[in-house]
Amino acid sequence: MTRATTPDAPAQGNIIRPYGDTTGDGMVQMSFTLPLPHDKKAEGAALQLARKMGLDPALLVHAKAMGPDFTFFVVYGSSTHLVNLDDVHVVEREYPLLSAKDANLAIKKHLRRKLVVVGACIGTDAHTVGIDAILNIKGFAGEKGLEYYREIKVVNLGAQVLVPDLVARARAEKADAVLVSQVVTQKDAHIHNTTQMSAAFREAYPAGQVPVLIAGGPRFEDGSEKALGVDRIFGRGTTPGEVASYLVHEMTQRKARKS
Amino acid sequence: MTRPNAMLELDPTVVRKARSLARKAAAPVVEIAKSHTTVSVERATLRLAGLAGADHERVPWVNHLVTAVRDEVGLEHGVTTPVYDALLRGEAPDLTTLAQKAASGNVSFRLPTGREAKAAQRAAAKGVGVGLRTVDRSRATRDRLIKRHGDPKTKPWIYLIVATGDIYEDIPQAQAAAREGADIIAVIRSTGQSLLDYVPEGATREGFAGTYATQENFRLMRAALDDVSKELGRYVRLTNYASGLCMPEIAALAGMERLDMMLNDSMYGILFRDINPIRTFVDQRFSRQVHARAGIIINTGEDNYLTTADAVEAAHTVTVSQLLNERFAKEAGLEDWQLGLGHAFEINPEIPDSFRMELAHAMLARQLFPDAPLKWMPPTKHMTGDVFRGYLLDGFFNLVGAMTGQGILLVGMMTEAVVTPFLSDRDLALQNVRYVMNAASGLTEDFHPPRDGFIQTRARQVLSEAVELLERIVNDTDAAGDAPLLAAIADGTFGLMKRPATGGKGLDGVFERAAAYDNPAITSLDAWTPQALGGTR
Repeated sequence: MTRATTPDAPAQGNIIRPYGDTTGDGMVQMSFTLPLPHDKKAEGAALQLARKMGLDPALLVHAKAMGPDFTFFVVYGSSTHLVNLDDVHVVEREYPLLSAKDANLAIKKHLRRKLVVVGACIGTDAHTVGIDAILNIKGFAGEKGLEYYREIKVVNLGAQVLVPDLVARARAEKADAVLVSQVVTQKDAHIHNTTQMSAAFREAYPAGQVPVLIAGGPRFEDGSEKALGVDRIFGRGTTPGEVASYLVHEMTQRKARKS
Repeated sequence: MTRPNAMLELDPTVVRKARSLARKAAAPVVEIAKSHTTVSVERATLRLAGLAGADHERVPWVNHLVTAVRDEVGLEHGVTTPVYDALLRGEAPDLTTLAQKAASGNVSFRLPTGREAKAAQRAAAKGVGVGLRTVDRSRATRDRLIKRHGDPKTKPWIYLIVATGDIYEDIPQAQAAAREGADIIAVIRSTGQSLLDYVPEGATREGFAGTYATQENFRLMRAALDDVSKELGRYVRLTNYASGLCMPEIAALAGMERLDMMLNDSMYGILFRDINPIRTFVDQRFSRQVHARAGIIINTGEDNYLTTADAVEAAHTVTVSQLLNERFAKEAGLEDWQLGLGHAFEINPEIPDSFRMELAHAMLARQLFPDAPLKWMPPTKHMTGDVFRGYLLDGFFNLVGAMTGQGILLVGMMTEAVVTPFLSDRDLALQNVRYVMNAASGLTEDFHPPRDGFIQTRARQVLSEAVELLERIVNDTDAAGDAPLLAAIADGTFGLMKRPATGGKGLDGVFERAAAYDNPAITSLDAWTPQALGGTR
């Protein structure tokens, strides 16, 4: 089991491989479908694909015809790829998680008024599950939504809100933050809608006074804030508490920058 | 339905009470539905009279004509009398030309009186009768095809979803799904169609997370499934959605194009889409009357109550919704075999005894509605992306389905909430269903929950909570003096959603009927009973 120390491999330590049942075995398991009838040739094609994906040796453990034209495969194999942890860059949460009580206290102390949050599903998206999970008092994953926070005023505009309406409402409410939810991702609708939204806000507000713009949805790419023109992206599994904590952090930062 | 009765030993007086409360809650709302009309009801009537198509900006002609009549004489008397009066006066040779002229403001409408009114109403009845006969003929065709190809050999019927956005992609996928074992194909609608106040036109290739419901898409898909039904020797059913702002029109199109099942819930649009309550109830009654006559099985949306609230705490809201849906459906002429009342497997799997509770809830629904083909819906809320765990959860979902004799089983996908299902996901999901049905459907014979055990007790508890909620509903009041059910919807009795009767989308399309209101479709539908078919399905 010394595959990890092939001649051109970097030094041990920060190099990792998948773990099957022995350190360094590199074992992974995958499944896929080929548009081929199930025969010897299809199985050969599956193995060749697995090898090209870096599995060596590759074991074809299951092949099953799905109708006359498709075959489903399960393949196990040892991955020849190595990951150097030094080259792995991720965004760690840079703010502390606050309880609802602490978040309320922090808002009271730093803002001396209620924090106003306007939320909506924009574009044709009618899936309010995400925004409702964060905003509705019912909340998500056992945490109450932002409506539950005494010091946060929530304006939930619901589904299929037009961007100009969202901007107008955010101005009317003097929103500190704007949350938009994008679940539908067909034809990259979530990206188009979000960039359109952030551009509209930059146009409508004087520089430096744009509310905190937050986009939420299961398919936004980590670290794509800049490209989308928003301050923060929240993905699958985000709880209301995380959003509230971020808002408190960001508002106090902005306040500090101004004073 | 081969269920032995009294498995749960429910108190029959409580069951009767629940039904009579549902009837009491529904009655004033039915009166409201009978005394109002909507733009969509009037447009549906014109569609039955054969008006189809749209202008170059894809605005349907029915919308143009209804808008023109509304602006000139109002809709309180129904759209058909002024429309057919204009035709009789020679304003245009046919409905399409009339709509075109109306769109450019070149027709003047009036409200005829006396003999002229009678003549217009007779002509309208004749025109609308054509569409109603098409609906009747479609039903007869379905009966004939079912006789020829046969129904699925086993229950529950397997319900699979396709949703590519492109009808020409949907067709091969639907045919493949039928070959893999689907008995029912549901074409999910494009996101947001429920909030469009018109029905798009023609074959469509662009949708978001679903395909637009259009008359042409209905026709194309039904024809494709007819082909595959013939190939497989089993009639494959087609499902779409009669919900949202165009419920009546979609129902009329579905009836004419021989769809077999329609999603149609009495309160879903109000609670989850913020559509005006009056609009919804008026539209819903018309659409259900059309479904009744078309021999369409409705599917109700109780799963939504469980995905937006805790499935244990909210279990009784499902029962209440089922009872209300049943009541509104029966009032509209639907028979028991047409009631695909919904329920879902959505209890958090981390909770102890979650499976026993699921079983209790499913048995309760089964026993309360012994002759309805209940629609059993898979877990979605607690599908995490761990596809292996999801596959197990779907297996347990299938087991409850097998043990409680469900009529329609929506196949759960382990990739729920991850991707649109791969071909292999669907294949694996169907293997899961087949294994469980094969291995365990006979359990209905052996399994009887012990007297006063966990399952019986839980079922009774849910039923009594449902009765309490129904009591609160029928005694609800508001300052405006609305019907109690409307007051209850307004003050947030259902979940946390407060939907006042004066709010929501589509309110501006609601009109109180005048004494002389005439709508030949409604007259005919009100007079229709299933016996008109000689008691056959």
